[in-house]
Amino acid sequence: MKTRRIDNYGKINRDKILSFRWDKKDYKGFEGDTLASALLANNIGIVGRSFKYHRPRGIFSSGVEESGALVTIGSKDRRDPNVRATTQELYNGLEASGQNAFPNVNFDLAGINNYLGRFFAAGFYYKTFMGIPPLEWGRGTAIWMFFEKFIRKAAGMGSASELPDPDSYEHAHDFCDLIVVGSGPAGVAAAIEAAEKKLDVILVEQDSLVGGDQLAENNFDNSQIKNQLGNLGIKIMTRTTAFGLYDNCVVGLLERVTDHISAPNVNIPRQRFWTIRAKHIIVGAGAIERHIAFNNNDIPGVMTVNASKHYLNRYGVLTGKRIVIATNNDSVYETAHQLSEAGANVTVLDSRTNFEIETNKSFEIRKGYVPYNINGSKKIDSLDISKSETINKSETINCDQVLLSGGWSPAVHLLSHRGVKPKWDYNNACFLPSDTKENITMVGSSRGLWNKNDCIASGIAGTIDALNRLGISKTNYFFPKPGGWKNPIQPLYEVKNKKSRSKSFVDYQHDVTTDDVRLAHREGFISVEHLKRYTTLGMANDQGKMGNIIGLSLMADLLNKEIPEVGTTVFRPPYTPVSIGALSGRNVGKHFRPLRVTPMHQWNIDHGAKMIEVGLYQRPWYYPKKNETLSDSYIREASTVRKTVGICDVTSLGKIAIQGPDSTEFLNRIYSNDFSNLQVGKARYGIMLRDDGIVMDDGTSWRLAENEYFMTTSTGEAAKVMSWLEELLQTRWTDLNVNVTSVSEQWAGVSVAGPKSREVLNNCVDDSLVVTNNNLPFMGVTSTLLKGNIPCRIARISFSGELAFEVYVKSDFANTMMDLLWENTKKYEGCLYGLEALGALRVEKGHVTVAELDGRVTIDDAGLSKMASTKKSYIGSAMRKRGVLKNKDREILVGFFPTNLKETFNAGTIVCEKNNIKGQGIGRITSVTYSPELGHWIGLGFVKGGLDKWKDTNLVGADPVRNKQMNLKVVSPHMIDPKGERMYA
Amino acid sequence: MIRINCPYCGERDHSEFSYGGDATINYPSLDASEKEWTEAIFFRKNIKGFQFETWHHSNGCRMWLVVERSTVTHEIKSVKPCHPDLQKVVENNK
Repeated sequence: MKTRRIDNYGKINRDKILSFRWDKKDYKGFEGDTLASALLANNIGIVGRSFKYHRPRGIFSSGVEESGALVTIGSKDRRDPNVRATTQELYNGLEASGQNAFPNVNFDLAGINNYLGRFFAAGFYYKTFMGIPPLEWGRGTAIWMFFEKFIRKAAGMGSASELPDPDSYEHAHDFCDLIVVGSGPAGVAAAIEAAEKKLDVILVEQDSLVGGDQLAENNFDNSQIKNQLGNLGIKIMTRTTAFGLYDNCVVGLLERVTDHISAPNVNIPRQRFWTIRAKHIIVGAGAIERHIAFNNNDIPGVMTVNASKHYLNRYGVLTGKRIVIATNNDSVYETAHQLSEAGANVTVLDSRTNFEIETNKSFEIRKGYVPYNINGSKKIDSLDISKSETINKSETINCDQVLLSGGWSPAVHLLSHRGVKPKWDYNNACFLPSDTKENITMVGSSRGLWNKNDCIASGIAGTIDALNRLGISKTNYFFPKPGGWKNPIQPLYEVKNKKSRSKSFVDYQHDVTTDDVRLAHREGFISVEHLKRYTTLGMANDQGKMGNIIGLSLMADLLNKEIPEVGTTVFRPPYTPVSIGALSGRNVGKHFRPLRVTPMHQWNIDHGAKMIEVGLYQRPWYYPKKNETLSDSYIREASTVRKTVGICDVTSLGKIAIQGPDSTEFLNRIYSNDFSNLQVGKARYGIMLRDDGIVMDDGTSWRLAENEYFMTTSTGEAAKVMSWLEELLQTRWTDLNVNVTSVSEQWAGVSVAGPKSREVLNNCVDDSLVVTNNNLPFMGVTSTLLKGNIPCRIARISFSGELAFEVYVKSDFANTMMDLLWENTKKYEGCLYGLEALGALRVEKGHVTVAELDGRVTIDDAGLSKMASTKKSYIGSAMRKRGVLKNKDREILVGFFPTNLKETFNAGTIVCEKNNIKGQGIGRITSVTYSPELGHWIGLGFVKGGLDKWKDTNLVGADPVRNKQMNLKVVSPHMIDPKGERMYA
Repeated sequence: MIRINCPYCGERDHSEFSYGGDATINYPSLDASEKEWTEAIFFRKNIKGFQFETWHHSNGCRMWLVVERSTVTHEIKSVKPCHPDLQKVVENNK
């Protein structure tokens, strides 16, 4: 196959040859090539198959707007689908393949779809498969649900790797005075002007090279610009796309760090996701050339005019030999000239009849002609043309390439992200950016300037605008007027074919034809937002960069309206696709969330703990001996606690220091129970309600001194409670003199529980008298010393129903405390116990946790009415009495036993009346455990009306998810030692 | 990204803060009636334009702030501490 590369053109490095693979064959390219330019140089015309019709597709552009050359790069775990070949830089060993074709893009069996086009018009699948009459007439979508997966597969693009992503990604942050998006003439002028005025400037360029559209000029060299920018201290970020603008001048960038390198250093992230906080944003994002809709305008060999100029002058590739250029504007003539100079036979069809243009006559100009139909299927054989005044095939031109220019669309996308609607400019047949109050200025061809000098002037004006808005200067400035061509553009969006079933493509990537737009109109989908969703126009990953305006103009035509009356859809971020990996950055796997460990984490693991995550915390779950399973282990641990003693890490509980003269008043307002008379040296269990009367959290508060309390909260609610207390003190009760400080990290806590717990502590404290029943009665608190002179706080608190203590030391002493307690626990044949045993013990005792206090439960529902003081007002006291919370049939906390004690059940089981097993039943089971004490399974949960109503009734536990059902009986939640004789011992 | 100018820490991303709610509610006294509390808790205006709202600098200085923010554009007109004593400190330091 002959190469299309020509000598003396392009800025590629011809000394550096790169090998790459395309569809399992080896090819060569040069350093500086994109995959697209290398494929074109190797005369590869077909690079993919279209979305629905599986038509051969070639390369349409040379940039981010590409809607044909979407390919898969890499293989196995690095397979990356839907990559635009036009922006993928070539590297040695690059592996790429075409998509949506079997067996390959040149011979694709599904190409039959092309002849079944009538079945694939807009809305076909939905009309056919949803609610199929008569099977599903007017009801349901079950058949669609069944067929959907096959349809999705047939109408797909590339498929992503299902293997874990081996690459790493990074999040990065930066600040600047001014960020300039785009390094074309306007952007560079703006950046230089700003840097000279001492602004801190970042210049962002999505391409690998600085220069913008100048890279398509035959004599352009960017080294001088780069030096100048560098000398001024401007931070240049190439291969970086500003994909979105956000509030307060925040810009999202995606930097492609290694996507152009054949064997990247594994320690370097593949991509970087930048959040830039700027004071002003200048957007010089350029403009995008449109195509023209006419029959078979998608045959490989069709391209935008500007793209062929890029391929010629940047990559040294002459994309055709016999080239027809179809245009409606002046922008193509320089390219026509250069292509003919490079050896192509060029004919320009200009839809305009009356205009003057200077040329060297090296190519033919056909005034008043438009393209009508392309002949050929896998490549262009010839082009039928028509007079623009009366559309009909008039003659045929032999050619191998058709270049299109239907006008230019300024890239207003980034401004659109800020909700600024563009306005239609009739003179230039394009949307122009509107002004915004935000610190964003559009410059260059993205504000509709077609001349380089105007672009440069606009860049400087843009920076003056920025300086004025930032209050640095007050200088007059003006922007050049949009436009700049000698002859006005003549709107031309579609050349309508007389054939009944023409294939005139509006959106190449999603196979949306002009007929689809007409169908949408006939069926009433005339709003642009409906048009878009019904036909999927502009919804592919190019987001309609080339085709949207054509679709709008067709709809305007059908409605007999002007384009601005039809409106435009809103562009949303990202401007070009952003990989999920870049979004997640390093927050993957174990780093998905922060990990919290207690100060005795390693001690626990060293002593055989299996860990479990509770919120962010790693907590000991169980301590298996030898071959013990989880249930062997927790049953042994819980039994040991009831029989002798066990110790358990409870550090993850929230801990808050409450200090100040009004501390008592404060606690008395936030807790539902009375705290006004708690003596120094005593702790109290308390319940906090929300404003609306629902339980927020429970915990204990210890009165350490007249004006000092130590509060514990549940593990999961610690942060919420802390914020809540701060809110109350800073917004509502600003007269209270109270200070709250989170001390969760400062204290390490252990629960010592079981009949022998006092003996254990006795051996551990300096002064054994402090833990006697007299000196430390139930709910007593003491500050004392552990052996080895370790200051500690001990409270006699029980969550297990046994005689028990909580011991706290400063976190630094956690391991010493554990060693000391464990040594003495072993003397009484005690054990270490984990969360599972702790759960078993508390369920037996009927203590509630967050499983029960789930944000829907009142204090009465939880059977804790006694905790609601009647002598005072507190947060939630008015609202907990509101009507709906006083309903007689609310679900009340109860205990559950299986009727047949050998049976088991699970948390989540729905409790129902016999013979009425349906819906949400009359209650639910929230916590379940095997009770070593009772010798069978037990549960806590809720049932409407509570124990009194169902005491002697046989109920049914329905567990449809696990396909289980069992008979249950309701019992008191206090399933062991209801009088608390053990705790008070 | 909304940027909030915390009087203590300086201008920070909104992701450092937690949204509170309507800053103009006068919470009734604890012994007020159910009706008064219902008004305070459940009834909210749906303002188009600037509104006063509370934000907590939860990943910063932990100050609760009153932020005057436009619900249309996210523009922030003013930020001050909720606590009157802290407001005075900020005023005095200006």
